[in-house]
Amino acid sequence: MEIERFRYDNKIVKQFAFATILWGLVGMLVGVWAALQLVYPALNLGISQTTFGRLRPLHTNAVIFAFVGNGIFMGVYYSLQRLCKARMFSDLLSKIHFWGWQLIIVSAALTLPFGFTTGKEYAELEWPIDIAIALIWVVFGWNMFGTIIKRRERHLYVAIWFFIATFVTVAMLHIVNSFEIPVSFMKSYSWYAGVQDALVQWWYGHNAVAFFLTTPYLGLMYYFIPKAANRPVYSYRLSIIHFWALIFLYIWAGPHHLLYTALPDWAQSLGVVFSIMLLAPSWGGMINGLLTLRGAWDKVREDVVLKFMVVAITAYGMATFEGPMLSLKSVNAISHFTDWTIAHVHVGALGWNGFLTFGILYWLIPRLFQTDLYSKKLANWHFWLGTLGILFYAVPMYWAGFEQSKMWKQFTEEGQLQYQFIETVVRMKPFYVLRSVGGTMYLIGAIMMTYNLIKTVKIGTFLADEEAEAAPLAAVYKEHNEEHWHRWIERRPVQLLLLSLGLVLVGGVIEMVPTFLIESNIPTIASVKPYTPLELQGRDIYVREGCYTCHSQMVRPFRSETARYGEYSKAGEFIYDHPFQWGSKRTGPDLARIGGKYPDSWHYNHMLEPTSMAEYSIMPNYVWLLDNNLDTASTPGKIRAMTTLGVPYPKDYDRIANKDLMKQANEIAANLKNDKIETASDKEIVAIIAYLQRLGKDIKAQPVIKN
Amino acid sequence: MSAIFLLVGVSLTVAAGFLVAFIWSVKNGQYDDNYTPSIRMLFDDPVKNPDQSANTKK
Repeated sequence: MEIERFRYDNKIVKQFAFATILWGLVGMLVGVWAALQLVYPALNLGISQTTFGRLRPLHTNAVIFAFVGNGIFMGVYYSLQRLCKARMFSDLLSKIHFWGWQLIIVSAALTLPFGFTTGKEYAELEWPIDIAIALIWVVFGWNMFGTIIKRRERHLYVAIWFFIATFVTVAMLHIVNSFEIPVSFMKSYSWYAGVQDALVQWWYGHNAVAFFLTTPYLGLMYYFIPKAANRPVYSYRLSIIHFWALIFLYIWAGPHHLLYTALPDWAQSLGVVFSIMLLAPSWGGMINGLLTLRGAWDKVREDVVLKFMVVAITAYGMATFEGPMLSLKSVNAISHFTDWTIAHVHVGALGWNGFLTFGILYWLIPRLFQTDLYSKKLANWHFWLGTLGILFYAVPMYWAGFEQSKMWKQFTEEGQLQYQFIETVVRMKPFYVLRSVGGTMYLIGAIMMTYNLIKTVKIGTFLADEEAEAAPLAAVYKEHNEEHWHRWIERRPVQLLLLSLGLVLVGGVIEMVPTFLIESNIPTIASVKPYTPLELQGRDIYVREGCYTCHSQMVRPFRSETARYGEYSKAGEFIYDHPFQWGSKRTGPDLARIGGKYPDSWHYNHMLEPTSMAEYSIMPNYVWLLDNNLDTASTPGKIRAMTTLGVPYPKDYDRIANKDLMKQANEIAANLKNDKIETASDKEIVAIIAYLQRLGKDIKAQPVIKN
Repeated sequence: MSAIFLLVGVSLTVAAGFLVAFIWSVKNGQYDDNYTPSIRMLFDDPVKNPDQSANTKK
């Protein structure tokens, strides 16, 4: 048999590694900045682009898709070549993939701060960028499958299955959740409305956690931990079970983000059941990772790479234990809308994703540059600073979440709510300060790592094309007698792809089809009417400013919530909401029933200076809404788009919409004038007041529900 | 609400299918050798005589 010589492509790995470091620093920096704004709102510098509502999507997109995304590609491009004993399928595709992905990240950084957003969490990027993401993702898949097909190693190692499942599922999630109708070049409306939009969004949102932050990183764990420890994975059998069980169960868990909301009860219960079951495969993976180090704990004492990885797997174990616990309705009743959720995701993000990435970087960069790490001591410092940073972040947030929830729910002996909402906000401030300290420590650690790795690069020499040799695949594969049944699928990447897709589709389809098809799931409410043109424009401003990052629009059916906000939210109220704006965090109070609660002038003054209406408020000023002219030219197009989506405006309403808009705007301006506030009626503030005053009003008109 | 019975039914069927497949595979000795792949990935053999750049295929 002839031995073939070939070269691994290290250049693309190096590029992705550098991008991972760069975007990691950017994402964490924006995170610290956003965190500090929750204590000192003035840190938004008084301009719209750097205000919390716009920074928060920037932070989440940067750490998920830029930091972790590049981390995934770095790990995949390094491990896939070596596991397949083949160079990447095409250097050109690698290049397109790398630069395309960086371009997408840059376009996100250039659009999100300027208010171009779809208003759906972790899917905020507007439609042209969505299309670019899909295309580049396909390039990645093409390159990956090309490599797998021309491999010289018959057996597909477990890491590769995780990569394949990641590719397939993320493609599916992204495409389904990004169905949107373009209104203009950078504005679109979600195809789905209200409850359906919420279900699709969280089916996507939870599985972004599952198939972007978890499965690819498990693949990296199965490659880099054995490599770093120089011992085989604890149980190959467990890895097989772990894989299939995890991808099948994860896809169902989305509705646990919507417990006690207007989502149909059966869908909520389904999400809960699968979330509980997820504990098993998740912990199977954690155990498999940790026990790989069995008998090698002395190495962990010495080797900083293994230290990072151990903490990463431990954080993964904690987060995946906590996830199912938070999915229990009784626990979720306490945790939902509070900082508990924030603590939970950051144990996963900082611990699992961040630390595994750091461990891989410390292992990989010296190898690519054929040298030793510049400073082990500095890396150890990074390890301890980062670990303490996670604790300083998570512990205050747990405390904060629990305490605030309990304050929200507290009644006096006379049966009144004990605390004003603002009192609970004031109680949060010290925790927010501590959280910022934790985040800053973590960021300083990452900066130390950057310095350390730059020094390492400087003393090393880069090996762009690593020589390797392997025999080509035998044309005919001889079956072994005692062949493991699973080997059949391991040798067939295309079948594996289809089977993975089939498994995850089952979960998605069964959850969504009934919700779309069965009328009784969305009881209509006769009094619920479409938004007026001015309210629609106001709603788009609400979305643009990212109000949903701090305000929910979902009153849950608890006495503490109906007493504070009013009637609990019904599914039928949201049928014209493209996208839905239920929110997932209450930094400020719920707004589902805000309409008519205060006069127009209150809202005007509140936007101008929130503390004038609510002392100690941590909401930033929205002064630009007072100055900006409303873009009425977009009204006809928006009405047409909404009509296409089935919102029942009268025929040819787009032609007279602006007339109605001005009529309503003039009424609000007149109202303000009565309260001695002079404003032109064509300002954005008028539109947002119109929208806020509409919220929750329809249902008060006539609470008759017809099925 | 009838949808939930359908869903629970389907879920249980699928889960049972996995369980049956797993038990079958254990009983069938399918897991007798699942050791070599985990060992093999640890070895990235250095190239012998790297100076021979003949018959190099990318």
